[in-house]
Amino acid sequence: MNPYFFYAFATITVLMVVLMILQKNPITGAMCLIVSFFSLAGLYVLLEAHFIAVLQILVYAGAIMVLFIFVIMFLNLKKEDLKTGRRPFYQFAALIASGALVTFLVVQYTKIPPVSFPESVAGFGTVEAIGSLMFSKYVIAFEVIGLLLLVGIIGAVLLGKKENHD
Amino acid sequence: MDTQLLHFIIVTLKLVIPFAIILTFIPLLVWLERKGSAFIQDRPGPNRAAIMGIRLCGLIHPFADAMKLMFKEDIIPSQVHKFFYVLAPFIALSVASVTFLVIPFAAPMPFGGGVLSFQAANINAGVLYILAMTSMGVFGIMLAGWASNNKFARLGGLRSSAQMISYELSMGLAVISVIMWAGSLALNDIVSLQGANILRWNFIYDPLACLIFITAAFAETNRTPFDLPEGESELVAGYHTEYSSMKFSMFFMAEYANMVIASALIVTLFFGGWQIPFLDTNTFRTNADYYLYYFLVAAAVCCVILGTFLSIKFKKGRFGDKRDYEPLVFGVPAVVAGLAIFCLLVVLGRFPLPLEAANWIVAVCQIFTFLFKVLLMCWVFIWVRWTVPRIRYDQLMDLGWKFMLPLAMLNIVITAVRMLWQ
Amino acid sequence: MHPRSVDFEIHMHVSIHHYLVLAAVLFCLGLLGVIIQRNILIMLMCIEVLMNSINLTFIALARYYNQVDGHLVAIFVMAIAAVEAAIGLGIVISLFRNRQSIDINDFNSMRG
Repeated sequence: MNPYFFYAFATITVLMVVLMILQKNPITGAMCLIVSFFSLAGLYVLLEAHFIAVLQILVYAGAIMVLFIFVIMFLNLKKEDLKTGRRPFYQFAALIASGALVTFLVVQYTKIPPVSFPESVAGFGTVEAIGSLMFSKYVIAFEVIGLLLLVGIIGAVLLGKKENHD
Repeated sequence: MDTQLLHFIIVTLKLVIPFAIILTFIPLLVWLERKGSAFIQDRPGPNRAAIMGIRLCGLIHPFADAMKLMFKEDIIPSQVHKFFYVLAPFIALSVASVTFLVIPFAAPMPFGGGVLSFQAANINAGVLYILAMTSMGVFGIMLAGWASNNKFARLGGLRSSAQMISYELSMGLAVISVIMWAGSLALNDIVSLQGANILRWNFIYDPLACLIFITAAFAETNRTPFDLPEGESELVAGYHTEYSSMKFSMFFMAEYANMVIASALIVTLFFGGWQIPFLDTNTFRTNADYYLYYFLVAAAVCCVILGTFLSIKFKKGRFGDKRDYEPLVFGVPAVVAGLAIFCLLVVLGRFPLPLEAANWIVAVCQIFTFLFKVLLMCWVFIWVRWTVPRIRYDQLMDLGWKFMLPLAMLNIVITAVRMLWQ
Repeated sequence: MHPRSVDFEIHMHVSIHHYLVLAAVLFCLGLLGVIIQRNILIMLMCIEVLMNSINLTFIALARYYNQVDGHLVAIFVMAIAAVEAAIGLGIVISLFRNRQSIDINDFNSMRG
């Protein structure tokens, strides 16, 4: 595993997420997020999860973010729509709290013995391995997710429908 | 060190050649589109651009167009979002080119103790990678539509994104039945398993999936009858209304690049990819000298016949300018080349080929078969564009969601039943 | 290989910690975004970042334990993220129709 790739992808991911949360313009934010999704897919490739990496691009960048940008364009936001109220105290408190959470998590994680990754077994992360597990051990979860998607579709249709009051 | 250098060269070539192929295909397709539309509409088509009086049936026109577009003034309107306005055409073109990297051009061949695959990246989930990358192409169009800050461009971008999301579903579902037959997501396996027999190719085996996939591919590449994002009768020019010069031409090139990729994908999945009809890779490899000999004989005969035919057509004063000499420019070299090949064959006779050379000949033949199939598929795209009118937006959505999506799902069930039956 | 380069590689080795810490940082950045952003669209995107950081943790640990189960959880999380985005954006559209705003502070009263 090449450490340079890890650091490059990690830097891009974090940088783009930081840029996104400081953005006011949702399209710029969405583009930053797409770049960070791509570098996350790169990290998944480094972790030998090729299938998940492709799914990451297909689902997140190709479907979810297209939907986001579609909605942003659909709303046709003007400059004055993008102005939102600011609360400096609130932001400061949030910064402190999330900094504390990072510190806590890092301290907890470093309690794990610093072992590097073992050699991966043959066929790790391939479509076959994932598929056979999905339709045996996780088949109920798979069905439930299917049901959830159906509920999601119905919910989205109901929400998006124009109401005819009279 | 030497093997390392060889490895480096092979990888570089694998990365460069797909781009080169796409860039060669684009002017060729532009020419084919203009000449094809002229043929369908019964008019001569482009034939004015000339170099030293040689017109080449309008083949000079793409180069003239390229020169014109490069030297035009590059206008960036004042109301646009500059960064995304400039970025959008680059995204459109680069995404289109990256997709080509996983397409297999020929059968993997034994080479220097290892296996040389004619595919830049043989990834485990090749089909999914292509679906993911084609869905990235929409970002270029959407960003162009948004950054132009123009209502027509915005409407074009909106239409494009909605269309892309809708048709991606039927495209993915149509591919599933192909994957079920092949039992693999790797494109090279899908091609290998189709075999050399045309009757075993997926478009015979699974015609419904083929139809759905081709229709969805038309929608994904924004070609007529689904070219609503740039429908010029309603939206001026759609998402590239505000673009000019090289930036416009990048969108234009991206459209053709997408067409090449869609054709390559259709050919790979449904029309046997690099498989030469009725000529198995192994049979071809063992009998390469035999096939090569008779192919060269046939080629020589064709050259001589064609060249003679062209040379006969030469008549001074037919047009009264240098166009008179066009038949001769092609005819005489063709005759000479044909005769030369013939003499060479007679002198050399049938000679046995070393194994390496046979492998290379097979690979080259397969690459050209594949490219020829892709060109034919591109012609289908052009043919449909100049035959079928653009459909209305609600019809587009109805077709995608209410007709093709259920049909694609039904096809998966049918495939499953057929697989159980066998 | 040169002895010094071996030494260098040991120091540069990427362990499970690197990935977990990165995921933690991403999670906290997403959380920070949800809290400080008032733009409802970017808040939804921050929730996607949260889900991605969880995915990264799962996949890193799947690689660590050499078990594919983590990948499956990641796939399920992706499906949930898709549903969440679809529903969330539907809500955003209907809210925008009522209030002509995407500021979360404008949605604090129940009456429409």
